[in-house]
Amino acid sequence: MAKEKKGVRLDHISKIYQDPKTHKDFYAVHDTSLEIEPGSFVTLLGPSGCGKTTTLRMIAGFESPDEGEIYLGGEPINALTPNKRDTAMVFQSYALLPHYNIFDNVAYGLKLRKLDKDTIQKKVLDILKLVGLEGMEARMTNQLSGGQQQRVALARALVLEPGVLLFDEPLSNLDAKLRVSMRTEIRRIQQEAGITAIYVTHDQSEAMALSDRIIIMEKGVVAQMGTPQEIYYHPKSEFVADFIGDANFLKGKMLRHEGSDGIVDVGGTEVRVAETESVADGAETTVVLRPESTQLCDAGYFPVKVVVSSFMGAYQLYHVMLGDNKLIIHEYNPKGKKIYAMGETACINFEAGNAHCI
Amino acid sequence: MATTQGAALDRKKLMADPIMVTTIVVLITFLTLFILYPLAILLIDSLYGTNGLSFDTFRRILAMPTFTRAISNTLKVGFVVGILSTLIGLLFAYVEVYVRLHSFAGGLFKVVSMLPVVSPPFVLSLSMIMLFGKAGLITRFLLGIYDNNVYGYWGIVIVQTLTFFPVCYMMLKGLLKNIDPSLEEAARDMGASRMKVFTSVTLPLMLPGLGNAFLVTFIESIADFANPMIIGGSYDTLATSIYLQITGAFDKEGAAAMAVVLLCITLAMFAVQKYYLESKTAATLTGKASRARMLIEDKSVSVPLTILCSLAALFVVMMYICVPIGALFPTWGYKFTPLTFKWFGQVFSKYHGLKAFRDSFLLSLIASPITALLSMIISYLVVKRKFKAKGFIEAVSMLAMAVPGTVLGVGYIRGYSSGLFHTGILSGIYGTGLILIIVFVVRSLPTGTRSGISALRQIDKSIEESAYDMGADSFKVFMTVTLPLIKDSFLSGLVTAFVRSITAISAIILLVTPQYLLITVQINEFAEKGAFSIACAFATILILITYGSVLLMNLVMKFFGTSRKIEEKE
Repeated sequence: MAKEKKGVRLDHISKIYQDPKTHKDFYAVHDTSLEIEPGSFVTLLGPSGCGKTTTLRMIAGFESPDEGEIYLGGEPINALTPNKRDTAMVFQSYALLPHYNIFDNVAYGLKLRKLDKDTIQKKVLDILKLVGLEGMEARMTNQLSGGQQQRVALARALVLEPGVLLFDEPLSNLDAKLRVSMRTEIRRIQQEAGITAIYVTHDQSEAMALSDRIIIMEKGVVAQMGTPQEIYYHPKSEFVADFIGDANFLKGKMLRHEGSDGIVDVGGTEVRVAETESVADGAETTVVLRPESTQLCDAGYFPVKVVVSSFMGAYQLYHVMLGDNKLIIHEYNPKGKKIYAMGETACINFEAGNAHCI
Repeated sequence: MATTQGAALDRKKLMADPIMVTTIVVLITFLTLFILYPLAILLIDSLYGTNGLSFDTFRRILAMPTFTRAISNTLKVGFVVGILSTLIGLLFAYVEVYVRLHSFAGGLFKVVSMLPVVSPPFVLSLSMIMLFGKAGLITRFLLGIYDNNVYGYWGIVIVQTLTFFPVCYMMLKGLLKNIDPSLEEAARDMGASRMKVFTSVTLPLMLPGLGNAFLVTFIESIADFANPMIIGGSYDTLATSIYLQITGAFDKEGAAAMAVVLLCITLAMFAVQKYYLESKTAATLTGKASRARMLIEDKSVSVPLTILCSLAALFVVMMYICVPIGALFPTWGYKFTPLTFKWFGQVFSKYHGLKAFRDSFLLSLIASPITALLSMIISYLVVKRKFKAKGFIEAVSMLAMAVPGTVLGVGYIRGYSSGLFHTGILSGIYGTGLILIIVFVVRSLPTGTRSGISALRQIDKSIEESAYDMGADSFKVFMTVTLPLIKDSFLSGLVTAFVRSITAISAIILLVTPQYLLITVQINEFAEKGAFSIACAFATILILITYGSVLLMNLVMKFFGTSRKIEEKE
């Protein structure tokens, strides 16, 4: 549907703000370079204040980068105002024009582009059909539910057939159930429209469900980018591992490599971790273990003490103490498995392929 | 760090928007020419006389005993009026917010808060003289006092207090409503009596707000020209002294220096109020009330308070009603029946009433849309956009709030009668209707801007950003999104500007030429001469016009207003 899918490139972008209290300058975004492929769905993920929204607003043109250049479809766009950029944004608060009905909201941008009436009519109705709001053109925005307002906001952006669609935490004002169904919708519509999308969120499951690639930001810099699988299975830092899903960390020292596996000394016990070529022998390292890929058993790597044992339905939740280090374990499908009670001792175990060194 | 690139880009983006740039340039020119320059020329003229830079003019006026007396008079009146208005305003606000009110009293309160807004400034002075003066209805005919003197200090104090306390009442009502009732309930729960709660919780929370109300009234009082003019008698205040210095002593340099003194006082007050108290008020009363307050139903408290306030309110209403009734008596003070319309007849037959109303009406009608639009544009720029001169625009348009009309009037005389910096440039506008319109605009701009700013702050910034993002330029965004969303504020700004303009006197009286007859100037003239019946007839028609336009605005808002719905949703 889009006239032309466009890629976005950020070339050493920085944005400096002044702290309103201390009047000191600080980098909201620092020396960030990104390449976003045309037609892909990319998520900027991170905690609040990590610079993800600032990055998005710089792409939209609301903020001007203090360093670096932004390219849209190969063209530098730094000096363009938002109305001249081939981007369309879906806002967190939807930002529908409250004095217009749905039709006029969606038609607003088309009218500015001086299209003829029939074309506008057709485009608006088509797009409303795509987002599932057929027959609601005449409604005012305050007669809509949050989910419906979200669809209008999406339709209004899509109808302009922008080179890039920008999303600023669009689902954060919806309740949890609606959030899940809307994100499936957004992904479906983006794929149908075949449009490049940049999506800002702090919700990791949203990012995983939606994205071709995830860019994790921390304190104004990119912490890691990759497919959801790469990021989940091979986080590059404790921050990333912790931010995406739950993670347990075991501090240790790389002893030696056996093939691509590494043998790590964790508190005197040797554990086997797969694919650790990047960590040199003798280096300090941290083993990352996902709760669902760690098991409790009678004999294994380390003895631990169970401090929490709760039945969660899909899994048994354990908190266990390894010395001072609290580990979380999810034992999925617990029916018929041995359940350890609070206060009992057990051992933890994991397969080399399920662990990861950083 | 390299913030220069960002700033350069922002500038480039701004320049890509010629309408926006033009608007900003026009605004800055307007504010500089008609607010900053007249004030600057006052200072220049009073410091830079025939023998170079010196304080001679100041030395000269400060040596005049009449002038130093005027300073102390003004401060004394301002102080007392500030205190009284704040206290009465607090009482009214407290009763309205805390006590279950009878609907009659509630309605009465509303009327009282409304009256000063739609009335010409000297209505209360007129009725004060007519009710309590030597031939006063109450003093002479009810009480048989034949030599009551209302002119002077007490006259001004009473009239100003009655004029300004509704402003305090409205301000303090807003603050009291913002106090979370659970704070007071917690104190009650811990064993404090109602009185103790008031003195230990409510009052301390209100303190910055009370200070704020006091200073606002203080500024209003010392800037007030109309009331001291009519009821002051020989008790001169700064505003009237300046006027007399020009019209009586023809001493323009002296008047300029006096205006500088008055301006310094109001500016100092304004600075304290704006930068110290306003932020403190906001800091102590941030939260919205979490739920409705349990009203005081105890009859031993509510009945006396309601009666007290209702009586006071009735008194105020009576003062206002006195003017139209006064216009109907054949001869005020001597002959009360039969009621007659002869004064109204004379207004039109003998005293060029039609011309006066036409001139006032026309000039105000031209000024008000300009004011409303300007203030909305300023608000939009201040709230929604960022650019370098924004601080300047905001500061100067707010500065106008602290400038007494008399000061502005003298500034225009000094600044334009012989052209810009006495060079003859722009001297053509002096003595024309244009300069009157400009004065109207400047005088109403701060109120409009303030209401526009608070209306715009309610609107999510991303609504405008979304329009911008969809391809609209600034002008389009303002016309299709901003203005429709603050329609109510725009409309009320329009009417407020109209009412303020048609009832304005302080700056106008110094600038008006015989070519234009203005109603307020006429009222002032007749009241000065003691022709109260004619003055009342003029004032009555003026009140009808202003009240009519407010009613009209409310009707229009009821049928076409959309922004209220949006505010509720937020």
